[in-house]
Amino acid sequence: MSDVITGRAVVLGDDVNTDNIIPGPYLNITDPEELGRHLLETYDAAVGAAVAPGDILVGGRNFGMGSSREQAQVAIMARGVQAIVAGSFARIFLRNCINVGLAVAESPEAVAAIADGDELRIDFTAGTITRGDDTWTIPPRPPFVGEILEAGGLVGWAQERLRRTSSTQGRR
Amino acid sequence: MTAPWTVAQKILAAHGVQDLTPGAFGLARVDLVMTNDVSGSVALREFEKIGARRVFDPSRVALFADHFAPAKDVRSAQLVGRLRRFAREQGIEQYWEAGSTPNGGIEHTVLAEEGLIAPGDFIPGGDSHSCTYGAFGAFGTGVGSTDIAAALALGELWVRVPQTIRVEYRGTAGPQVTGKDLILAYLAQSGVAGGTYAALEFAGPPIDATSIDERMALCNMAVEAGAKTGIVPADATTLAWLADKVTGRPLEPVLPDEGASYAGRAQIDLDGMRPLVARPPSPADVVPVDTVDRVRVDQVYVGNCANGTMTDLRQLCEVLGGRRVARGTRLIVVPASQRVYRQALKEGLLEQIVEAGGAISMPTCGACFGGHMGILDAGEVAVATTNRNFRGRMGHADSAVYLANAYVAGAAAVSGELVDPAEVMA
Repeated sequence: MSDVITGRAVVLGDDVNTDNIIPGPYLNITDPEELGRHLLETYDAAVGAAVAPGDILVGGRNFGMGSSREQAQVAIMARGVQAIVAGSFARIFLRNCINVGLAVAESPEAVAAIADGDELRIDFTAGTITRGDDTWTIPPRPPFVGEILEAGGLVGWAQERLRRTSSTQGRR
Repeated sequence: MTAPWTVAQKILAAHGVQDLTPGAFGLARVDLVMTNDVSGSVALREFEKIGARRVFDPSRVALFADHFAPAKDVRSAQLVGRLRRFAREQGIEQYWEAGSTPNGGIEHTVLAEEGLIAPGDFIPGGDSHSCTYGAFGAFGTGVGSTDIAAALALGELWVRVPQTIRVEYRGTAGPQVTGKDLILAYLAQSGVAGGTYAALEFAGPPIDATSIDERMALCNMAVEAGAKTGIVPADATTLAWLADKVTGRPLEPVLPDEGASYAGRAQIDLDGMRPLVARPPSPADVVPVDTVDRVRVDQVYVGNCANGTMTDLRQLCEVLGGRRVARGTRLIVVPASQRVYRQALKEGLLEQIVEAGGAISMPTCGACFGGHMGILDAGEVAVATTNRNFRGRMGHADSAVYLANAYVAGAAAVSGELVDPAEVMA
Protein backbone atom coordinates (compact mmCIF):
# COMPACT_ATOMS: atom_id res chain seq x y z
CA MET A 1 0.00 0.00 0.00
CA SER A 2 1.52 3.27 -1.16
CA ASP A 3 1.80 6.25 1.15
CA VAL A 4 0.71 8.66 -1.57
CA ILE A 5 -2.36 7.93 -3.62
CA THR A 6 -3.82 10.03 -6.43
CA GLY A 7 -7.11 9.31 -8.11
CA ARG A 8 -10.53 10.41 -9.24
CA ALA A 9 -13.30 10.79 -6.65
CA VAL A 10 -16.48 8.74 -6.95
CA VAL A 11 -18.85 10.42 -4.49
CA LEU A 12 -21.40 8.33 -2.57
CA GLY A 13 -23.81 9.31 0.22
CA ASP A 14 -24.17 8.63 3.96
CA ASP A 15 -24.72 5.18 5.47
CA VAL A 16 -23.60 3.19 2.43
CA ASN A 17 -24.08 -0.36 3.70
CA THR A 18 -22.38 -3.62 2.86
CA ASP A 19 -25.51 -4.91 1.09
CA ASN A 20 -25.20 -1.84 -1.16
CA ILE A 21 -21.55 -2.65 -1.83
CA ILE A 22 -22.05 -6.36 -2.57
CA PRO A 23 -25.58 -7.80 -2.32
CA GLY A 24 -26.18 -11.07 -0.45
CA PRO A 25 -27.03 -13.26 -3.45
CA TYR A 26 -23.43 -12.91 -4.68
CA LEU A 27 -21.81 -14.12 -1.47
CA ASN A 28 -21.37 -17.61 -2.88
CA ILE A 29 -19.08 -16.24 -5.60
CA THR A 30 -15.40 -16.85 -4.84
CA ASP A 31 -13.82 -15.27 -7.95
CA PRO A 32 -12.82 -11.66 -7.06
CA GLU A 33 -13.27 -10.38 -10.62
CA GLU A 34 -16.78 -11.72 -10.76
CA LEU A 35 -17.63 -10.23 -7.35
CA GLY A 36 -16.22 -6.91 -8.51
CA ARG A 37 -18.67 -6.76 -11.40
CA HIS A 38 -21.54 -6.41 -8.91
CA LEU A 39 -19.98 -3.54 -6.95
CA LEU A 40 -22.55 -1.06 -5.57
CA GLU A 41 -25.34 -2.82 -7.46
CA THR A 42 -28.14 -2.02 -5.00
CA TYR A 43 -26.70 1.39 -4.12
CA ASP A 44 -26.81 2.65 -7.69
CA ALA A 45 -25.97 0.21 -10.44
CA ALA A 46 -24.91 3.02 -12.82
CA VAL A 47 -22.49 4.47 -10.26
CA GLY A 48 -21.13 1.00 -9.58
CA ALA A 49 -20.60 0.33 -13.28
CA ALA A 50 -18.70 3.61 -13.66
CA VAL A 51 -16.07 2.83 -11.00
CA ALA A 52 -12.71 2.57 -12.79
CA PRO A 53 -9.28 1.29 -11.74
CA GLY A 54 -7.43 3.94 -9.72
CA ASP A 55 -10.62 5.60 -8.40
CA ILE A 56 -11.10 6.75 -4.82
CA LEU A 57 -14.51 6.10 -3.27
CA VAL A 58 -15.78 9.04 -1.21
CA GLY A 59 -18.53 8.14 1.23
CA GLY A 60 -20.31 10.21 3.82
CA ARG A 61 -21.01 9.24 7.40
CA ASN A 62 -20.86 5.63 8.64
CA PHE A 63 -19.43 4.10 5.49
CA GLY A 64 -19.76 0.33 5.30
CA MET A 65 -22.38 -0.22 7.98
CA GLY A 66 -23.97 -3.63 8.31
CA SER A 67 -22.46 -6.99 7.54
CA SER A 68 -19.01 -8.39 8.28
CA ARG A 69 -18.85 -9.76 4.72
CA GLU A 70 -15.28 -9.23 3.54
CA GLN A 71 -16.52 -9.86 0.02
CA ALA A 72 -17.20 -6.09 0.13
CA GLN A 73 -13.47 -5.36 0.35
CA VAL A 74 -12.73 -8.08 -2.21
CA ALA A 75 -15.17 -6.50 -4.69
CA ILE A 76 -13.85 -2.97 -4.10
CA MET A 77 -10.24 -4.05 -4.55
CA ALA A 78 -11.04 -6.22 -7.57
CA ARG A 79 -12.33 -3.09 -9.30
CA GLY A 80 -9.01 -1.37 -8.70
CA VAL A 81 -10.29 1.16 -6.15
CA GLN A 82 -7.20 2.56 -4.42
CA ALA A 83 -8.67 4.13 -1.31
CA ILE A 84 -11.86 5.13 0.50
CA VAL A 85 -12.35 8.56 2.01
CA ALA A 86 -15.33 8.90 4.34
CA GLY A 87 -16.76 11.17 7.00
CA SER A 88 -16.69 8.17 9.30
CA PHE A 89 -16.51 4.39 8.98
CA ALA A 90 -18.56 1.57 10.42
CA ARG A 91 -16.52 -0.54 12.84
CA ILE A 92 -16.31 -3.95 11.17
CA PHE A 93 -15.84 -2.43 7.73
CA LEU A 94 -12.91 -0.34 8.96
CA ARG A 95 -11.30 -3.40 10.60
CA ASN A 96 -11.63 -5.33 7.38
CA CYS A 97 -10.00 -2.52 5.37
CA ILE A 98 -7.08 -2.42 7.81
CA ASN A 99 -6.75 -6.20 7.75
CA VAL A 100 -6.68 -6.50 3.96
CA GLY A 101 -4.61 -3.34 3.40
CA LEU A 102 -7.28 -1.24 1.68
CA ALA A 103 -6.37 2.42 2.29
CA VAL A 104 -8.89 4.49 4.25
CA ALA A 105 -8.93 8.15 5.27
CA GLU A 106 -11.42 9.86 7.55
CA SER A 107 -12.31 13.52 7.02
CA PRO A 108 -15.85 14.88 7.27
CA GLU A 109 -14.57 18.27 6.08
CA ALA A 110 -13.02 16.87 2.92
CA VAL A 111 -16.11 14.79 2.21
CA ALA A 112 -18.34 17.88 2.51
CA ALA A 113 -16.24 19.70 -0.10
CA ILE A 114 -15.30 16.99 -2.60
CA ALA A 115 -17.37 16.68 -5.77
CA ASP A 116 -17.72 13.70 -8.05
CA GLY A 117 -14.83 13.52 -10.50
CA ASP A 118 -12.44 15.68 -8.45
CA GLU A 119 -8.78 14.67 -8.65
CA LEU A 120 -7.59 13.84 -5.14
CA ARG A 121 -4.20 13.25 -3.59
CA ILE A 122 -3.95 11.43 -0.26
CA ASP A 123 -0.63 11.58 1.55
CA PHE A 124 -0.68 9.21 4.52
CA THR A 125 2.76 10.27 5.73
CA ALA A 126 1.84 13.94 5.84
CA GLY A 127 -1.74 13.11 6.93
CA THR A 128 -3.41 15.16 4.23
CA ILE A 129 -5.99 15.00 1.46
CA THR A 130 -5.50 17.61 -1.23
CA ARG A 131 -7.56 18.77 -4.20
CA GLY A 132 -5.88 21.56 -6.14
CA ASP A 133 -5.26 24.28 -3.59
CA ASP A 134 -7.48 22.75 -0.89
CA THR A 135 -5.94 20.66 1.86
CA TRP A 136 -7.64 18.72 4.65
CA THR A 137 -5.93 16.83 7.44
CA ILE A 138 -6.63 13.22 8.33
CA PRO A 139 -6.00 11.73 11.77
CA PRO A 140 -2.70 9.84 12.11
CA ARG A 141 -2.85 6.04 12.02
CA PRO A 142 -2.64 4.46 15.45
CA PRO A 143 0.76 2.69 15.81
CA PHE A 144 -0.86 -0.75 15.98
CA VAL A 145 -2.69 -0.15 12.71
CA GLY A 146 0.59 1.03 11.17
CA GLU A 147 2.17 -2.22 12.33
CA ILE A 148 -0.46 -4.29 10.51
CA LEU A 149 -0.16 -2.21 7.35
CA GLU A 150 3.64 -2.44 7.40
CA ALA A 151 3.35 -6.22 7.56
CA GLY A 152 1.23 -6.04 4.40
CA GLY A 153 -2.06 -6.61 6.24
CA LEU A 154 -3.20 -9.00 8.93
CA VAL A 155 -2.08 -12.09 6.97
CA GLY A 156 1.52 -10.86 7.01
CA TRP A 157 1.24 -9.74 10.62
CA ALA A 158 -0.16 -13.12 11.67
CA GLN A 159 2.61 -14.94 9.76
CA GLU A 160 5.22 -13.04 11.74
CA ARG A 161 3.44 -13.62 15.03
CA LEU A 162 3.03 -17.30 14.31
CA ARG A 163 6.76 -17.57 13.59
CA ARG A 164 7.63 -15.79 16.83
CA THR A 165 5.27 -17.84 19.00
CA SER A 166 6.25 -21.16 17.43
CA SER A 167 9.94 -20.43 17.90
CA THR A 168 9.33 -19.83 21.62
CA GLN A 169 6.74 -22.55 22.21
CA GLY A 170 7.72 -25.21 19.72
CA ARG A 171 5.64 -26.15 16.72
CA ARG A 172 1.90 -25.74 17.24
CA MET B 1 -7.54 4.87 33.89
CA THR B 2 -8.18 2.49 36.76
CA ALA B 3 -11.08 0.31 37.92
CA PRO B 4 -14.08 0.37 38.30
CA TRP B 5 -14.74 -1.27 34.95
CA THR B 6 -17.67 -1.98 32.65
CA VAL B 7 -18.51 -5.58 31.69
CA ALA B 8 -16.78 -5.21 28.31
CA GLN B 9 -13.58 -3.95 29.95
CA LYS B 10 -13.59 -6.75 32.53
CA ILE B 11 -14.03 -9.42 29.87
CA LEU B 12 -11.20 -8.02 27.75
CA ALA B 13 -8.96 -7.77 30.82
CA ALA B 14 -9.64 -11.42 31.62
CA HIS B 15 -8.52 -12.30 28.09
CA GLY B 16 -5.15 -10.59 28.29
CA VAL B 17 -5.84 -7.00 27.23
CA GLN B 18 -3.65 -4.79 29.40
CA ASP B 19 -4.58 -1.20 28.61
CA LEU B 20 -8.35 -0.90 29.14
CA THR B 21 -8.60 2.76 28.17
CA PRO B 22 -11.29 3.12 25.50
CA GLY B 23 -9.51 3.49 22.17
CA ALA B 24 -6.41 1.56 23.28
CA PHE B 25 -5.26 -1.37 21.17
CA GLY B 26 -4.48 -4.82 22.49
CA LEU B 27 -4.58 -8.54 21.82
CA ALA B 28 -7.33 -10.66 23.32
CA ARG B 29 -7.25 -14.44 23.70
CA VAL B 30 -10.42 -15.95 22.31
CA ASP B 31 -12.58 -18.61 23.92
CA LEU B 32 -14.12 -19.70 20.65
CA VAL B 33 -13.92 -18.71 16.98
CA MET B 34 -17.06 -19.05 14.86
CA THR B 35 -17.33 -18.92 11.11
CA ASN B 36 -19.86 -19.99 8.48
CA ASP B 37 -20.10 -20.95 4.81
CA VAL B 38 -19.99 -17.29 3.68
CA SER B 39 -17.25 -15.79 5.85
CA GLY B 40 -15.47 -19.14 6.01
CA SER B 41 -15.00 -19.29 2.24
CA VAL B 42 -12.69 -16.27 2.41
CA ALA B 43 -11.29 -17.07 5.88
CA LEU B 44 -10.00 -20.52 4.89
CA ARG B 45 -8.21 -19.01 1.89
CA GLU B 46 -6.54 -16.41 4.14
CA PHE B 47 -5.73 -19.10 6.73
CA GLU B 48 -3.77 -20.93 4.04
CA LYS B 49 -1.94 -17.72 3.14
CA ILE B 50 -0.89 -17.28 6.77
CA GLY B 51 0.75 -20.66 6.43
CA ALA B 52 -0.69 -22.11 9.61
CA ARG B 53 -1.11 -25.84 9.24
CA ARG B 54 -3.32 -26.39 12.28
CA VAL B 55 -5.95 -24.26 14.00
CA PHE B 56 -4.87 -23.02 17.44
CA ASP B 57 -7.25 -25.41 19.22
CA PRO B 58 -9.79 -27.56 17.36
CA SER B 59 -12.04 -27.69 20.42
CA ARG B 60 -12.38 -23.90 20.33
CA VAL B 61 -13.58 -23.57 16.75
CA ALA B 62 -17.20 -23.79 15.60
CA LEU B 63 -18.20 -24.01 11.95
CA PHE B 64 -21.72 -23.56 10.61
CA ALA B 65 -23.19 -24.33 7.24
CA ASP B 66 -26.23 -22.08 7.44
CA HIS B 67 -26.18 -19.17 4.99
CA PHE B 68 -26.45 -21.00 1.69
CA ALA B 69 -27.33 -24.31 3.33
CA PRO B 70 -29.06 -26.49 2.49
CA ALA B 71 -27.01 -25.72 -0.60
CA LYS B 72 -29.14 -23.95 -3.18
CA ASP B 73 -26.78 -24.52 -6.11
CA VAL B 74 -23.39 -25.98 -6.99
CA ARG B 75 -21.47 -22.89 -5.92
CA SER B 76 -23.11 -22.98 -2.52
CA ALA B 77 -22.46 -26.71 -2.23
CA GLN B 78 -18.78 -25.97 -2.82
CA LEU B 79 -18.68 -23.41 -0.01
CA VAL B 80 -20.32 -25.85 2.37
CA GLY B 81 -18.13 -28.70 1.16
CA ARG B 82 -14.99 -26.71 1.84
CA LEU B 83 -16.11 -25.97 5.39
CA ARG B 84 -17.00 -29.62 6.00
CA ARG B 85 -13.61 -30.83 4.74
CA PHE B 86 -11.79 -28.26 6.87
CA ALA B 87 -13.64 -29.52 9.94
CA ARG B 88 -12.62 -33.09 9.16
CA GLU B 89 -8.98 -32.28 8.35
CA GLN B 90 -8.54 -30.15 11.45
CA GLY B 91 -10.44 -32.43 13.82
CA ILE B 92 -13.02 -29.75 14.57
CA GLU B 93 -15.98 -31.43 16.23
CA GLN B 94 -18.16 -28.32 16.40
CA TYR B 95 -19.31 -28.53 12.80
CA TRP B 96 -23.05 -27.99 12.39
CA GLU B 97 -25.11 -28.63 9.32
CA ALA B 98 -28.83 -29.27 9.47
CA GLY B 99 -29.60 -32.75 8.18
CA SER B 100 -26.22 -34.24 9.03
CA THR B 101 -25.73 -33.26 12.67
CA PRO B 102 -28.01 -33.71 15.70
CA ASN B 103 -28.76 -30.02 15.83
CA GLY B 104 -28.02 -27.58 13.03
CA GLY B 105 -29.41 -24.33 11.79
CA ILE B 106 -28.58 -20.71 12.43
CA GLU B 107 -25.17 -20.30 14.02
CA HIS B 108 -25.91 -17.95 16.91
CA THR B 109 -28.93 -19.92 18.08
CA VAL B 110 -27.20 -23.28 17.79
CA LEU B 111 -24.03 -22.11 19.60
CA ALA B 112 -26.17 -21.06 22.54
CA GLU B 113 -28.28 -24.23 22.56
CA GLU B 114 -25.18 -26.41 22.43
CA GLY B 115 -23.76 -24.77 25.55
CA LEU B 116 -20.80 -23.19 23.78
CA ILE B 117 -21.36 -19.71 25.21
CA ALA B 118 -20.97 -18.80 28.87
CA PRO B 119 -20.90 -15.50 30.76
CA GLY B 120 -17.56 -13.73 30.46
CA ASP B 121 -16.55 -15.48 27.21
CA PHE B 122 -14.87 -13.55 24.42
CA ILE B 123 -16.08 -14.87 21.07
CA PRO B 124 -15.35 -13.30 17.70
CA GLY B 125 -17.60 -14.54 14.92
CA GLY B 126 -17.43 -14.24 11.18
CA ASP B 127 -20.89 -12.74 11.12
CA SER B 128 -21.86 -9.25 12.21
CA HIS B 129 -24.63 -10.59 14.46
CA SER B 130 -22.14 -12.39 16.70
CA CYS B 131 -23.00 -9.65 19.21
CA THR B 132 -25.99 -11.93 19.99
CA TYR B 133 -23.80 -13.70 22.59
CA GLY B 134 -24.28 -10.70 24.85
CA ALA B 135 -27.60 -12.31 25.77
CA PHE B 136 -25.51 -14.68 27.92
CA GLY B 137 -23.30 -12.02 29.48
CA ALA B 138 -20.55 -12.84 26.98
CA PHE B 139 -18.61 -10.49 24.69
CA GLY B 140 -19.47 -11.58 21.16
CA THR B 141 -18.35 -9.46 18.27
CA GLY B 142 -18.62 -9.66 14.51
CA VAL B 143 -15.42 -9.53 12.47
CA GLY B 144 -14.39 -10.20 8.89
CA SER B 145 -12.82 -13.24 7.28
CA THR B 146 -9.18 -12.22 7.63
CA ASP B 147 -9.71 -11.64 11.34
CA ILE B 148 -11.21 -15.12 11.54
CA ALA B 149 -8.25 -16.57 9.67
CA ALA B 150 -5.76 -14.94 12.08
CA ALA B 151 -7.83 -15.99 15.11
CA LEU B 152 -7.95 -19.59 13.81
CA ALA B 153 -4.16 -19.56 13.51
CA LEU B 154 -3.26 -17.69 16.69
CA GLY B 155 -6.20 -17.94 19.08
CA GLU B 156 -6.13 -14.17 19.46
CA LEU B 157 -7.86 -11.16 18.01
CA TRP B 158 -6.58 -7.59 17.89
CA VAL B 159 -9.00 -5.28 19.62
CA ARG B 160 -9.57 -1.60 20.07
CA VAL B 161 -11.04 -1.27 23.57
CA PRO B 162 -14.59 0.06 23.22
CA GLN B 163 -16.19 2.74 25.31
CA THR B 164 -19.43 1.55 26.91
CA ILE B 165 -22.88 3.06 26.57
CA ARG B 166 -25.29 2.12 29.33
CA VAL B 167 -28.79 1.62 27.91
CA GLU B 168 -31.34 1.80 30.72
CA TYR B 169 -34.97 0.79 30.32
CA ARG B 170 -37.83 1.62 32.65
CA GLY B 171 -41.61 1.60 32.72
CA THR B 172 -44.18 -0.91 31.55
CA ALA B 173 -44.90 -1.46 27.89
CA GLY B 174 -48.29 -2.26 26.40
CA PRO B 175 -49.30 -5.78 25.28
CA GLN B 176 -47.49 -7.53 22.39
CA VAL B 177 -44.29 -5.60 23.09
CA THR B 178 -41.23 -7.92 23.07
CA GLY B 179 -37.44 -7.91 23.27
CA LYS B 180 -37.40 -6.96 19.59
CA ASP B 181 -39.13 -3.70 20.46
CA LEU B 182 -36.61 -2.94 23.21
CA ILE B 183 -33.79 -2.82 20.69
CA LEU B 184 -35.88 -1.03 18.06
CA ALA B 185 -36.62 1.63 20.70
CA TYR B 186 -32.88 2.08 21.24
CA LEU B 187 -32.24 2.25 17.49
CA ALA B 188 -34.91 4.96 17.21
CA GLN B 189 -32.82 7.03 19.65
CA SER B 190 -29.30 6.14 18.54
CA GLY B 191 -29.71 5.93 14.79
CA VAL B 192 -27.56 3.56 12.75
CA ALA B 193 -24.28 5.05 14.00
CA GLY B 194 -25.02 6.13 17.57
CA GLY B 195 -23.30 3.10 19.05
CA THR B 196 -20.28 3.01 16.71
CA TYR B 197 -17.19 1.47 18.39
CA ALA B 198 -19.14 1.09 21.66
CA ALA B 199 -20.19 -1.81 23.81
CA LEU B 200 -23.82 -1.44 24.84
CA GLU B 201 -24.65 -2.56 28.38
CA PHE B 202 -28.39 -3.16 28.74
CA ALA B 203 -30.03 -2.69 32.14
CA GLY B 204 -33.19 -1.83 34.06
CA PRO B 205 -36.22 -3.71 35.41
CA PRO B 206 -37.71 -4.42 31.95
CA ILE B 207 -34.42 -6.11 30.97
CA ASP B 208 -34.41 -8.16 34.19
CA ALA B 209 -37.86 -9.41 33.19
CA THR B 210 -36.87 -10.56 29.69
CA SER B 211 -36.37 -14.19 28.70
CA ILE B 212 -33.18 -15.43 27.04
CA ASP B 213 -34.95 -15.54 23.67
CA GLU B 214 -35.81 -11.86 24.02
CA ARG B 215 -32.28 -11.00 25.11
CA MET B 216 -30.95 -12.70 21.99
CA ALA B 217 -33.21 -10.47 19.87
CA LEU B 218 -32.06 -7.45 21.85
CA CYS B 219 -28.30 -8.06 21.70
CA ASN B 220 -28.48 -9.32 18.11
CA MET B 221 -29.30 -5.88 16.76
CA ALA B 222 -26.66 -3.93 18.73
CA VAL B 223 -24.63 -3.96 15.51
CA GLU B 224 -27.42 -2.07 13.72
CA ALA B 225 -26.44 0.90 15.92
CA GLY B 226 -22.81 0.33 14.89
CA ALA B 227 -21.88 -1.23 18.24
CA LYS B 228 -19.06 -3.73 18.76
CA THR B 229 -21.22 -5.74 21.12
CA GLY B 230 -24.35 -5.53 23.27
CA ILE B 231 -24.39 -7.21 26.66
CA VAL B 232 -27.02 -8.09 29.23
CA PRO B 233 -24.94 -8.79 32.38
CA ALA B 234 -25.63 -12.39 33.43
CA ASP B 235 -28.29 -12.89 36.12
CA ALA B 236 -30.41 -15.70 37.53
CA THR B 237 -32.28 -16.02 34.20
CA THR B 238 -28.99 -16.50 32.36
CA LEU B 239 -27.65 -19.05 34.80
CA ALA B 240 -30.88 -21.04 34.89
CA TRP B 241 -30.99 -21.21 31.08
CA LEU B 242 -27.36 -22.27 30.77
CA ALA B 243 -27.32 -24.65 33.74
CA ASP B 244 -28.08 -27.85 31.79
CA LYS B 245 -26.24 -26.75 28.63
CA VAL B 246 -22.79 -25.56 29.67
CA THR B 247 -20.90 -28.47 31.15
CA GLY B 248 -17.40 -28.94 32.43
CA ARG B 249 -16.77 -25.38 33.54
CA PRO B 250 -18.19 -23.09 36.20
CA LEU B 251 -20.69 -20.36 35.31
CA GLU B 252 -19.47 -17.07 36.70
CA PRO B 253 -21.29 -13.86 35.80
CA VAL B 254 -19.23 -10.79 34.96
CA LEU B 255 -20.98 -7.73 36.37
CA PRO B 256 -20.20 -4.04 35.90
CA ASP B 257 -18.33 -2.43 38.79
CA GLU B 258 -20.13 0.17 40.85
CA GLY B 259 -19.14 3.56 39.45
CA ALA B 260 -17.84 2.19 36.12
CA SER B 261 -17.18 4.89 33.56
CA TYR B 262 -19.70 5.15 30.72
CA ALA B 263 -19.25 7.19 27.56
CA GLY B 264 -22.98 7.78 27.52
CA ARG B 265 -26.31 6.76 28.94
CA ALA B 266 -29.51 6.19 27.02
CA GLN B 267 -32.83 6.10 28.87
CA ILE B 268 -35.80 4.45 27.32
CA ASP B 269 -39.23 4.76 28.86
CA LEU B 270 -41.54 1.92 27.86
CA ASP B 271 -44.72 3.22 29.52
CA GLY B 272 -47.66 2.55 27.23
CA MET B 273 -45.39 1.64 24.30
CA ARG B 274 -46.93 -0.22 21.34
CA PRO B 275 -44.92 -2.67 19.21
CA LEU B 276 -42.48 -0.88 16.93
CA VAL B 277 -41.70 -1.22 13.25
CA ALA B 278 -38.52 -0.28 11.36
CA ARG B 279 -39.42 1.13 7.96
CA PRO B 280 -37.28 0.36 4.91
CA PRO B 281 -34.47 0.88 4.17
CA SER B 282 -33.13 1.60 7.68
CA PRO B 283 -33.32 -0.50 10.86
CA ALA B 284 -33.31 2.80 12.76
CA ASP B 285 -36.31 4.40 11.03
CA VAL B 286 -38.51 3.16 13.84
CA VAL B 287 -42.15 4.10 14.48
CA PRO B 288 -44.98 2.63 16.59
CA VAL B 289 -47.01 0.10 14.59
CA ASP B 290 -50.26 1.97 15.29
CA THR B 291 -48.94 5.08 13.53
CA VAL B 292 -47.42 3.49 10.45
CA ASP B 293 -49.13 3.52 7.03
CA ARG B 294 -51.34 0.47 6.53
CA VAL B 295 -49.45 -1.03 3.59
CA ARG B 296 -50.37 -4.24 1.77
CA VAL B 297 -48.02 -7.11 2.63
CA ASP B 298 -46.94 -9.75 0.11
CA GLN B 299 -44.74 -11.82 2.38
CA VAL B 300 -44.40 -12.41 6.09
CA TYR B 301 -41.15 -13.98 7.27
CA VAL B 302 -40.72 -15.27 10.80
CA GLY B 303 -37.20 -16.51 11.37
CA ASN B 304 -33.51 -15.47 11.50
CA CYS B 305 -30.84 -15.28 14.19
CA ALA B 306 -32.77 -12.56 16.05
CA ASN B 307 -36.29 -13.92 16.06
CA GLY B 308 -36.64 -17.54 15.02
CA THR B 309 -36.99 -18.83 18.57
CA MET B 310 -39.71 -20.77 20.39
CA THR B 311 -40.85 -17.46 21.88
CA ASP B 312 -41.37 -16.06 18.39
CA LEU B 313 -43.18 -19.14 17.09
CA ARG B 314 -45.48 -19.15 20.13
CA GLN B 315 -46.23 -15.44 19.67
CA LEU B 316 -46.94 -16.01 16.00
CA CYS B 317 -49.37 -18.82 16.81
CA GLU B 318 -51.07 -16.67 19.44
CA VAL B 319 -52.00 -14.22 16.69
CA LEU B 320 -52.87 -16.91 14.16
CA GLY B 321 -55.20 -18.47 16.73
CA GLY B 322 -57.09 -20.55 14.18
CA ARG B 323 -57.26 -17.69 11.63
CA ARG B 324 -56.03 -18.17 8.09
CA VAL B 325 -53.26 -16.40 6.23
CA ALA B 326 -54.82 -13.64 4.09
CA ARG B 327 -55.31 -14.36 0.39
CA GLY B 328 -52.43 -12.86 -1.59
CA THR B 329 -50.04 -12.95 1.34
CA ARG B 330 -47.40 -15.64 1.94
CA LEU B 331 -46.29 -16.71 5.39
CA ILE B 332 -42.84 -18.31 5.60
CA VAL B 333 -41.66 -19.60 8.97
CA VAL B 334 -38.08 -20.64 9.62
CA PRO B 335 -37.30 -22.14 13.04
CA ALA B 336 -33.79 -21.01 13.91
CA SER B 337 -32.53 -24.52 14.69
CA GLN B 338 -33.49 -28.16 14.46
CA ARG B 339 -33.97 -28.09 18.23
CA VAL B 340 -36.49 -25.24 17.92
CA TYR B 341 -38.11 -27.13 15.03
CA ARG B 342 -38.52 -30.31 17.10
CA GLN B 343 -39.92 -28.41 20.07
CA ALA B 344 -42.36 -26.49 17.85
CA LEU B 345 -43.44 -29.79 16.34
CA LYS B 346 -44.00 -31.25 19.79
CA GLU B 347 -46.07 -28.25 20.89
CA GLY B 348 -48.24 -28.41 17.77
CA LEU B 349 -47.12 -24.99 16.57
CA LEU B 350 -45.96 -26.19 13.18
CA GLU B 351 -49.32 -27.83 12.60
CA GLN B 352 -51.11 -24.58 13.46
CA ILE B 353 -48.92 -22.63 11.06
CA VAL B 354 -49.46 -25.08 8.21
CA GLU B 355 -53.20 -25.30 8.87
CA ALA B 356 -53.33 -21.50 8.71
CA GLY B 357 -51.82 -21.66 5.23
CA GLY B 358 -48.23 -20.83 6.16
CA ALA B 359 -45.15 -22.70 4.93
CA ILE B 360 -42.30 -23.96 7.08
CA SER B 361 -38.67 -24.13 6.01
CA MET B 362 -35.81 -26.02 7.55
CA PRO B 363 -33.47 -23.81 9.59
CA THR B 364 -31.35 -21.54 7.36
CA CYS B 365 -30.27 -17.92 7.10
CA GLY B 366 -31.45 -18.06 3.45
CA ALA B 367 -33.97 -15.33 2.77
CA CYS B 368 -32.90 -12.92 5.52
CA PHE B 369 -29.79 -11.87 3.58
CA GLY B 370 -31.26 -12.34 0.11
CA GLY B 371 -29.70 -15.77 -0.42
CA HIS B 372 -32.58 -18.16 -1.14
CA MET B 373 -35.98 -19.48 0.06
CA GLY B 374 -38.15 -16.37 0.12
CA ILE B 375 -36.68 -13.78 -2.25
CA LEU B 376 -38.83 -10.72 -3.01
CA ASP B 377 -39.73 -9.44 -6.47
CA ALA B 378 -39.80 -5.77 -7.53
CA GLY B 379 -42.50 -3.84 -5.71
CA GLU B 380 -43.12 -6.52 -3.10
CA VAL B 381 -43.47 -5.69 0.58
CA ALA B 382 -42.43 -7.96 3.43
CA VAL B 383 -42.89 -7.84 7.17
CA ALA B 384 -40.01 -9.78 8.70
CA THR B 385 -38.74 -10.57 12.19
CA THR B 386 -35.21 -10.23 10.78
CA ASN B 387 -32.64 -7.56 11.61
CA ARG B 388 -31.93 -5.66 8.39
CA ASN B 389 -34.15 -3.95 5.86
CA PHE B 390 -31.47 -2.38 3.64
CA ARG B 391 -32.34 -1.73 0.02
CA GLY B 392 -32.57 -5.08 -1.77
CA ARG B 393 -31.82 -6.99 1.41
CA MET B 394 -34.32 -9.80 0.74
CA GLY B 395 -34.31 -9.65 -3.03
CA HIS B 396 -35.08 -7.09 -5.73
CA ALA B 397 -33.64 -3.62 -5.14
CA ASP B 398 -37.18 -2.26 -5.40
CA SER B 399 -38.70 -4.49 -2.73
CA ALA B 400 -39.30 -3.30 0.83
CA VAL B 401 -38.85 -4.95 4.23
CA TYR B 402 -40.46 -3.79 7.48
CA LEU B 403 -38.78 -5.19 10.60
CA ALA B 404 -41.09 -6.13 13.44
CA ASN B 405 -41.76 -8.61 16.22
CA ALA B 406 -43.58 -11.92 15.74
CA TYR B 407 -46.95 -10.53 16.89
CA VAL B 408 -46.81 -7.82 14.24
CA ALA B 409 -45.67 -10.39 11.68
CA GLY B 410 -48.59 -12.66 12.60
CA ALA B 411 -51.08 -9.81 12.35
CA ALA B 412 -49.72 -8.92 8.90
CA ALA B 413 -50.07 -12.57 7.82
CA VAL B 414 -53.75 -12.86 8.71
CA SER B 415 -54.81 -9.37 7.65
CA GLY B 416 -52.53 -9.00 4.63
CA GLU B 417 -51.63 -5.54 5.90
CA LEU B 418 -49.24 -3.90 8.32
CA VAL B 419 -51.51 -3.43 11.36
CA ASP B 420 -51.33 -3.24 15.12
CA PRO B 421 -51.65 -6.85 16.37
CA ALA B 422 -54.10 -5.56 19.00
CA GLU B 423 -56.61 -5.01 16.17
CA VAL B 424 -56.37 -8.62 15.05
CA MET B 425 -56.30 -10.14 18.52
CA ALA B 426 -59.14 -8.02 19.92
